[in-house]
Amino acid sequence: MSGEKTFRLDGKPIAFSDGDTIMDAALRAGEYIPHLCHNPEFTPHGSCRVCIVNADGRQVSACTQPAAENMEVDNASDSIMDQRRALLQMLFVEGNHVCPGCEASGACQLQAVAYYVNMLSPHFTHFFPQRSVDASHPDIAIDFNRCILCELCVRASRDVDGKNVFAIDGRGIDSHLVINSPSGKLGDSNFSADDKAAHVCPVGAILPKHRGYDKPIGERLYDQQPISIVGDLAANEQDEER
Amino acid sequence: MLPEQSNRTLNVSIGDYVSSITASANSPGDLLQHLYDIQYRYSCIPGEAVTSLAAKLGLTEAHIHGVIGFYSFLHSMPRGQYDVLFSDSITDHMLGSRELMARLCEKLGVASGAPRPDGRVTIAATSCTGMCDQGPALLVNGWTITQLDESRIDSIAELIESRTAVENWPAEFFQVEDNIRRKDILLTDDTDDGDALRALIDRGAEVLLDQIEASGLRGRGGAGFRTGLKWRFCKQTEADQRYVVCNADEGEPGTFKDRVLLNSYANRVFEGMTLCAGLIGASKGYLYLRGEYRYLREPLERVLQQRREAGLLGSNILGTAGFGFDIEIHMGAGAYICGEESSLIESLEGKRGIPRKRPPFPVSNGYMDKPTVVNNVETFMAAALIAVHGADWFRAVGTDESSGTKLLSISGDCERPGIYEYPFGVSINDILKDCGAADTQAVQVAGAAGFTIPPSEFDRSIAFEDISTGGSFMIFDQHRNMLDMVQNFAHFFVHESCGFCTPCRVGSSLMRDLVDKVHSGHAGEYDLGEMRNIGALMRGSSHCGLGTTAANPVLDTLDKFPHIYEQRLKHTGYEPAFDLDAALQDARDITGRDDDGAHIRTES
Repeated sequence: MSGEKTFRLDGKPIAFSDGDTIMDAALRAGEYIPHLCHNPEFTPHGSCRVCIVNADGRQVSACTQPAAENMEVDNASDSIMDQRRALLQMLFVEGNHVCPGCEASGACQLQAVAYYVNMLSPHFTHFFPQRSVDASHPDIAIDFNRCILCELCVRASRDVDGKNVFAIDGRGIDSHLVINSPSGKLGDSNFSADDKAAHVCPVGAILPKHRGYDKPIGERLYDQQPISIVGDLAANEQDEER
Repeated sequence: MLPEQSNRTLNVSIGDYVSSITASANSPGDLLQHLYDIQYRYSCIPGEAVTSLAAKLGLTEAHIHGVIGFYSFLHSMPRGQYDVLFSDSITDHMLGSRELMARLCEKLGVASGAPRPDGRVTIAATSCTGMCDQGPALLVNGWTITQLDESRIDSIAELIESRTAVENWPAEFFQVEDNIRRKDILLTDDTDDGDALRALIDRGAEVLLDQIEASGLRGRGGAGFRTGLKWRFCKQTEADQRYVVCNADEGEPGTFKDRVLLNSYANRVFEGMTLCAGLIGASKGYLYLRGEYRYLREPLERVLQQRREAGLLGSNILGTAGFGFDIEIHMGAGAYICGEESSLIESLEGKRGIPRKRPPFPVSNGYMDKPTVVNNVETFMAAALIAVHGADWFRAVGTDESSGTKLLSISGDCERPGIYEYPFGVSINDILKDCGAADTQAVQVAGAAGFTIPPSEFDRSIAFEDISTGGSFMIFDQHRNMLDMVQNFAHFFVHESCGFCTPCRVGSSLMRDLVDKVHSGHAGEYDLGEMRNIGALMRGSSHCGLGTTAANPVLDTLDKFPHIYEQRLKHTGYEPAFDLDAALQDARDITGRDDDGAHIRTES
């Protein structure tokens, strides 16, 4: 179509409209750029850095970088994939991610993206942080060991639910998710299993109670096909997958 | 500067106090200033203050806890009645700060970091307090004490034991010298207060903005963006309100020139801000003053008041209808990242200082989402003088790419540390000669995220086109171990990373652990490769300038000072990240064994 603006993703022309980020345009065109903190339903965040691409010689996060006419975007070179793998490894050693014992295994974007970038080991020294599990809420449990600070729950609770149940406290490596309630426990907050924030966690940190392994590990979303083909949990009714 | 009579008493209930401070300032943006005042008064921010503030400002308690948790000077748990923070800059270390801190801890019977059981005192370290030319330095309840030595430490211990109020401590403890050693066009200028504003009124905004652009003035914080261009972008953005913000969050280790400008040249700085307001059409400005410069707050408030009385601030400035502008001082609370302009804006809005996504840039979407100019203290001062003397006067000094002069904060191994104003283009060699440095092994220019310069490069110059700097210049002579500097900076960045993005949050900790591993003699060649890889990742993938530069001291010294690493390496291909034998200590303690069979001996 003449007059349509395009940029090139690994050489392939991608159409975009004014205001689109590289990620917006790529996802619409069915092209996969790995990501964790990004969810098209929410304002881009740009914190996990997994969607790092090289755009005209500059490394940027695809989820926050506006697309520009004739831009050359590298989304697949060894250098980009090496960096993404190292970022995944950093996320793995920062928390306590034990895939074989996790209810979300097979339906976890952290795990699925790690497979996509060929991460075979955590590589770095584990931090083994002391983190807790909050099972105080009747319907939802939070395992802080698995939180990757994507702030999707923070954004969903603030922007969609209008409840501000979640916030980030601390600084640097001590940054951590906190809950807005007198005791700091989820059970004392006005959080509900129907909240949008209960359904956006890309990992196994926020989990529904009273059920588990409805679908056995081995038959789950990313056990069948890579995330680059099937996309995010949000696009696949994630709750049915675990 | 002697502390003013403080209201650090507890005879007002926290609820009443919160009500009093929120009576007139009750927008969410006032949160950080309220927290700062509460911390100062009560030595912590009690839970009931959080509850009360949340109700008054319409914020959640979790949000307020998040803000408290972000800033080093805010605490949920009580600090001691005397909260002592030793400046942790490498130059303070070189002047013996750690030994003095240990001495004070011992005298007072308190461990570093936690309050003494009777609640009297807390002693801890804090990032560089900006007194490197007269260190070692500390802060007590926010007030700066310089030139520490054993006798001063012993006096401090006695004053604390005798519960002497800080405002009654000897005045000389709080003396902060300017130490200006070399003056050039900025520091020698004798322009009268108001001259730049009169030039603006006489000649018009467009003419003067042209002059600022033609002068080639670039941002003095170190990034070097063209000031005239920034101001024009801001002016051109359609808006009903614009803001002028002066970045006085001078947190880069080894920098202290803004301290001197605000102490002795504040009128010029405010004049530059007012000029900018007149040029871009702003009616409100903020000076974001780092918490470490608490002692400058009241003197600066007095200068602002004098300017209001002289008709240089307020409505109808110099009798000109429609030219209204005023400046408010906001205090930082211990966060290096807030020197980054978008973090600073977040902090001004009372939030955690997380850098924003760019674009959009502050010139179009800044404070309160309005077009905002953020410039360094020195930049505003230079702009004011350009308005008076013209672009040619400024361009006559410096180089083609870098017009004018640069203030350097010189510290470390030299005879005359202090402030040196040089035309851009001055060589490192000339600077070292002037300040009396001998036998220099390295110069760290531009702070912890800057450049480590070996003697083979001492003919290089200070300029945007060569070595660009906000002004930090730390000198290390031959008897220093440069790895101590690298280690100091690696720890600094772990403390100061905001935690938003993965590579900086996690990478800075991994880097620190590897530097410590080298420093303690446990690293092998493999670890140096790891440091290069992590450093490259932080540089290439971080969200903001802190993350992209935090690995600089490691990467620079690996290239230019490889021997400081190699002499500490174990000559093995791979060394584990932990000491196998030390890891068994708990088991030995439990079983009461210490025989050979209870140890793992590794070959070294």
